[in-house]
Amino acid sequence: MNVVPKLREAEAMLADPPPSPSTGGTLICVDKLSVTFGHGDDATRAVREVSFDLRAGERYALVGESGSGKTVTALAMLRLVEDAHYDGAIRFQDRNLLDVSDREMRAIRGAEIAMIFQEPMTALNPLYTIGNQIVETLALHEGLDRRAARERAIALLERTGISDAAHRFDSFPHQLSGGQRQRAMIAMALACRPKLLLADEPTTALDVTIRAQIMDLLRDLQTEFGMAVMLITHDLNLVRSFAQRVGVMEKGVMVETGDTAQVFASPQHPYTRKLIDSRPRREVLPLVPLAPTLLEARGLCVNYARKRKGISGWFGKDQFAAVKDVDFQLREGETIGIVGESGSGKTTLAHAVLALQRKSAGTIHFLGSSFDGATRKDRCEMRSRMQVVFQDPFGSLSPRMTIEQIVGEGLGLHQPGLSRDAMRQQVIEALREVGLDRTALGRYPHEFSGGQRQRIAIARVLILKPQVLVLDEPTSALDVSIQQQVLGLLSQLQHKYNLSYLFISHDLAVIRAMAHRVIVMKAGEVVEAGETESVLGAPQHPYTRKLMAAAQVGAA
Amino acid sequence: MKSLSQATGLPHSLSPRQRAWQRFRRNRLGYWSLILFVAIFVLSLCAEVLSSNRPLVVRYKDEWYFPIVKVYPETTFDGDFATPADYLDPYIRDRITSNGNFAVFPLNRYSYDSLNYFAKEPNPAPPSAENWLGTDDRGRDILARLLYGFRVSVLFGMALTVLGVLIGTLTGALMGFFGGRFDLFSQRAIEIWSSMPELYLLIIFASIFEPSLALLIILLSLFGWMGLSDYVRAEFYRNRSLDYVKAARALGLSNVQIMWRHILPNSLTPVITFLPFRMSAAILALTSLDFLGLGVPPTTPSLGELLAQGKGNLDAWWISLSTFAVLVVTLLLLTFMGDALRDAFDTRLGLAALRGRVAPKVPAGAPAGATP
Repeated sequence: MNVVPKLREAEAMLADPPPSPSTGGTLICVDKLSVTFGHGDDATRAVREVSFDLRAGERYALVGESGSGKTVTALAMLRLVEDAHYDGAIRFQDRNLLDVSDREMRAIRGAEIAMIFQEPMTALNPLYTIGNQIVETLALHEGLDRRAARERAIALLERTGISDAAHRFDSFPHQLSGGQRQRAMIAMALACRPKLLLADEPTTALDVTIRAQIMDLLRDLQTEFGMAVMLITHDLNLVRSFAQRVGVMEKGVMVETGDTAQVFASPQHPYTRKLIDSRPRREVLPLVPLAPTLLEARGLCVNYARKRKGISGWFGKDQFAAVKDVDFQLREGETIGIVGESGSGKTTLAHAVLALQRKSAGTIHFLGSSFDGATRKDRCEMRSRMQVVFQDPFGSLSPRMTIEQIVGEGLGLHQPGLSRDAMRQQVIEALREVGLDRTALGRYPHEFSGGQRQRIAIARVLILKPQVLVLDEPTSALDVSIQQQVLGLLSQLQHKYNLSYLFISHDLAVIRAMAHRVIVMKAGEVVEAGETESVLGAPQHPYTRKLMAAAQVGAA
Repeated sequence: MKSLSQATGLPHSLSPRQRAWQRFRRNRLGYWSLILFVAIFVLSLCAEVLSSNRPLVVRYKDEWYFPIVKVYPETTFDGDFATPADYLDPYIRDRITSNGNFAVFPLNRYSYDSLNYFAKEPNPAPPSAENWLGTDDRGRDILARLLYGFRVSVLFGMALTVLGVLIGTLTGALMGFFGGRFDLFSQRAIEIWSSMPELYLLIIFASIFEPSLALLIILLSLFGWMGLSDYVRAEFYRNRSLDYVKAARALGLSNVQIMWRHILPNSLTPVITFLPFRMSAAILALTSLDFLGLGVPPTTPSLGELLAQGKGNLDAWWISLSTFAVLVVTLLLLTFMGDALRDAFDTRLGLAALRGRVAPKVPAGAPAGATP
């Protein structure tokens, strides 16, 4: 009946990583590595005396939240950190990588140790075809002529699962999808058969179903090439299913290291325990019977005009349906989770509900009235009752306004008669509600961490006492432990004020923890909808099943 | 805002603008350029007191006279004619400075248009104790003309910059914010407008109308706003799709409020960074137009007209050399300021060095009571 234990079981089964091919002797040994930026008083140590070693052919994972120094550690292994000062030693094949000359180091990069990055769009040069970029590596390190290099590159692209590789060879990065780009990145990294592959969050920018494919590919290639892979990630599920050994980093210090199974079964360090515990907890209260419907959408469609290709584009435009015929009813105190991959139309749906995006057909009724025929004043009133929290806590707060101005802005608009003091009082009250104190008033957004900014964004909407909140991926940009705190805050607020949430997320674990009902969207259409437990417990539609399967690996 | 936060005892951190100012100040060259430029400009604003052919105060026969603000006939000082007194006349000067009378003269005893009919040297006269930087070919004091000319140039540059910024920001903001068809047509209109031959128009207008500073400002403003409007448009385009603008819209703010309160402050960086460069461009434009004789009317003191005189009298090195020096210093100061401003608004630069001055971050992680 309950969906959660079932999923836990499934995860436990996956927890044992598949047996490794052959783990040989020590390949690289990082000994008391410290990385320092700046000099004198300004110096900050991003990595402090980190020690670990990788065996040949091993799958190792470096886990930690943002700012824990895991990426800097990996970059330091290639000596790619700019303006930094290194201490300690990195021993690789009888050499200390921190001592070798720049020339020797260049020979090692790409050939012996390769790296793939989180965002393949920025890691690939947009001006060259992907084939060109692979050939470049081959020509540089192995001195192949163009023709041989081209053949090798096409073989590599084929191996990474890019369909029609000979044709894709001449594609530019922007012509490929995110998954294809990441495959091309991997092909590039593997070009010279490195002994060690550093994979820095290789799947974070991808959709869940693609994530699973990429991780499978990495595992296959690792076995086939017999190389060691160091995976850098914040995603514990990924670690569990991929790595044989794991190192946990916190604030530049390696707090725990050991076999994956052992670390997950009996974490020694409190930080590791906190990380493992920080999966979202379900704290959903049942709805009051006969709770009134606040928001109702019927047959909602949103079309975008899309330019036709060729000459016919001069004369007309095609309609592209971003949201097709969506119905839902949101009752008081209820959370509806909207799940889907990128491009599934969930954000467009949210914008249409908020009347930030013109809808093409259908009706939206909020508290019995519609935005369409509403007068300016009614519209304003309706807006204060329905508010939105966005994904990116860095973009959603104007950088040139103080927290008091940001939080108080809506108040000034909707209650213009309020005195300065009364306004300030309410702002302080709203900040307290989200767990911030009055010292935040005179500060600017850049001084706050991601989680705190998201709290500020929540305070900004809370101050208007809304009844419906549209939450557009409110925790996707946050670290797992912070994510758990923000989700906790949201459910706490829901209980206190009987708020209704329209919760948009690609993360099934979060939806599972937060939502009463779920709507699964694919390419603008609702493929499945219903109670959370029934939809996620026994998914009917193949797409939902696919999402569920991928989430075992991908979602936190 | 500052006093308010002090009154409540709450921490108030530096606004982005204040931080930019801090960064600006750390660029010594730009900072001192600004101070020097402002000092020279303030001095030139007081040009009437510093450089005039009329004394500031005259004590004549136990009575006070203020020639600097009032025109007295020569007969006041027992001269022969009822015409305005010429204080460069040795006779008048003798009357008001002897027999217990005295006069306080400005630092430089010539105004930009005062002709010394009693000069001993032929014009143009080389630098001397009388005319510190010599005279031009009509016997007018170079120092006075430079001082007044500098003032005119800077004021002209400011007016042109302000007008250009206002028009450019407004059009750029509208195009960037509303986008779509409006943007498309405005862009084409701008392209057409910008392909008009500016110099020909100036020559044509100079022959139709009486040339004056106001006419020049209007004509140059008509063409000077387009570059800036492109930058502002791009910034608005970028900013209007950001989440904080969507959030503001969801709050129910009107378009004007969103543009004014949210997007504009975040779009001004290119505008501010370009200010000094625009000003130096404007000064250069005025100078070159004057040099060609298409600029201000001949009586107005102008650097370009002086340069033209220098070209006409190559043996009078003091004309071209001193004008050249003033132009170089002015444009250099503006360029240094522009460089410093650009650094100040480049957030990638030297944040670490500033870190000490900004209030420390609120400790990471949530405060107590936040976790459920």
